[in-house]
Amino acid sequence: MSAQVTEAAPEALGLTGDDLLAMYRAMLTARLIDEAALRQNRMGRAPFVVPVSGHEGCQIGTGWALRPGTDVWVPYYRDLGIVLRAGLTPYEFFLGLFSKADDPSSGGRQMPNHWGSRRLKILSHSSPIATQVPHAAGIAYAARYRGDDVVVGCWFGEGATSEGDWHEGVNFAAIHRLPVIFVCENNEYAISVHQTKQMAVRDVATRADGYGIPGRVVDGSDVLACYAAMREAHDRARAGEGPTLVECKTYRFLPHTSDDDDKTYRSREEVEEHRHHDALIRFGALLRERGILDDAGAEELRDQLKDEIDAAIQAAWDAPDPDPQTALRHVFAEDGP
Amino acid sequence: MTEKNLVTAIRDTLHEEMAEDDRIVLLGEDVGARGGVFKVSEGFLDEFGPGRVIDTPLAESGIVGIAIGMAMDGLLPIAEIEFADFIHPAFDQIVSEAARMRYRTAGDWGVPMVIRAPCGGGIHGALYHSQSIEAFYAHVPGLKVVMPSTPADAAGLLRTAIRDPDPVLFLEHKKCYRLITGDVPDGADLIPLGPADVKRGGDDLTVVSYGYELHRCLDAAERLATEEGIEAEVVDVRTLAPLDTETILASVRKTSKVVVVYEDNRTYGAGAEIAATIAEEALFDLDAPIVRIGGPDIPAMPYAAALEHFYMEPEPDRLVRAMRDLARS
Repeated sequence: MSAQVTEAAPEALGLTGDDLLAMYRAMLTARLIDEAALRQNRMGRAPFVVPVSGHEGCQIGTGWALRPGTDVWVPYYRDLGIVLRAGLTPYEFFLGLFSKADDPSSGGRQMPNHWGSRRLKILSHSSPIATQVPHAAGIAYAARYRGDDVVVGCWFGEGATSEGDWHEGVNFAAIHRLPVIFVCENNEYAISVHQTKQMAVRDVATRADGYGIPGRVVDGSDVLACYAAMREAHDRARAGEGPTLVECKTYRFLPHTSDDDDKTYRSREEVEEHRHHDALIRFGALLRERGILDDAGAEELRDQLKDEIDAAIQAAWDAPDPDPQTALRHVFAEDGP
Repeated sequence: MTEKNLVTAIRDTLHEEMAEDDRIVLLGEDVGARGGVFKVSEGFLDEFGPGRVIDTPLAESGIVGIAIGMAMDGLLPIAEIEFADFIHPAFDQIVSEAARMRYRTAGDWGVPMVIRAPCGGGIHGALYHSQSIEAFYAHVPGLKVVMPSTPADAAGLLRTAIRDPDPVLFLEHKKCYRLITGDVPDGADLIPLGPADVKRGGDDLTVVSYGYELHRCLDAAERLATEEGIEAEVVDVRTLAPLDTETILASVRKTSKVVVVYEDNRTYGAGAEIAATIAEEALFDLDAPIVRIGGPDIPAMPYAAALEHFYMEPEPDRLVRAMRDLARS
């Protein structure tokens, strides 16, 4: 059964004021990186940007339930918030944006936002959609086979749920009750195709019924609800109870990528309406209500993060490009069989 | 040495490797309770348990995709595609994911996975149980493509494939499974992926082939030697990717005449790459044009015995005649 998860008190979720502040900081970092990346695009320094704005709340909310250094992250290209939570730094993000030699994801081989890092337990992924879902199931199988206390988080948009690989991966994980959480960031659009042209159901989470696993629907602008649903799913996974499908209703404020024109498929009024439900504003208000962050503190934090990001941009821009000769390397393992 | 047929050599090798290394898991359709449609994993479920011998849903892309995840997290999965003809839904996982993983992460991640797939025709398999698929995959950098023709090669190459840090597509010709027998070394004999093998020496012409066609070439060479004194050298490619051009070129330079034989339909097949390499590297060593013999360019092998026979042998003694004509040219 799919069920709606509603907001819970932070204390009941075991979150301290410091936790809430760290979550807010991560969300704001993602937003500011997004804005900075688009400026770099307009300056002609970054040919391709994949915006995250609008998704930060559900990414940080769900990502916060996983344990960096222990759990495995299987993100998709819009998951800047997820990889920041996993440990990627702004400097490393910009190395990728500028396709520099030291880009940790691919050494400048893949487009930006095609994450991957063994060190951070972030799986490498490609551009074809949902191909990472069977990988997540396979990793969860391997972890359980060894008896490791590891949970795999696998993120995707609602568009991915139309793919055969999505079905095949979720189905296998459900059959074997694997420790994996499938998180759908439902922003209503597969580039330009609205959800109503993608599926005849209102909630992706109802599809969980077809696999015999629980489905949960959460408001993606409600960070704590996202966290609560993910915590429950994480507990289930660790207890050997199998996968959960968590659907976060969210919205992308910007075009699909820097090459997209979203005015061709959605009205400005629609986008503006969704901006009123920005998780960053909502979560910021919660922190103010609880006396964790006041207006001056928020301003100071923003300035500090902007400075950090500006420094990261400068350092990444100055970093070396890949040596052309290295294009031939790493087709196969270099130390041989 | 123990004499075995090819499918038994594969079964025994898998069994020995699984007993040695518990990182190895098998997954695919019917590999568990049924023991595989060709009985390659018969008895494995009882011996190694359901955690290591996994009957999967009927979903080839998922089988390969799940195996990729396992391989990225420390296991050594061996995915079985029941018939090579059914591998096409997994093309994206093999080509875009497994083969590109190491490159796209600049060496950070690898996929040490073997995909086994029974292939080839001449067994009344019709359009969807007879296909040759090697050319699709041999084209892809980052993937190794192996097709053994003898039990000893099957054992030694499979052992190496399992130990390889990168993905290997291991193609097993179904017609060879029980028809071809031979001595297999006892113990862990490793044959490297890459080197071709001269299966028969000779000075009059070179024949380059692999899989079941290799045996037809050997038969034709024996007939020509016995009946007409023509000595053909027969090179078994064994590994289509990477391709051992050195062994092929050395033989061609010695005999100055070459015929390339493969079962796959002729156009853009593996023989085209082999012929092109010879033309580039050894044109002035040749005394006659390269001869290329492939299957007809029809969508697939038909079912009716007469039609299937036509695919395999469009005219009587085709190989013997082609080899004789070339030797005497």
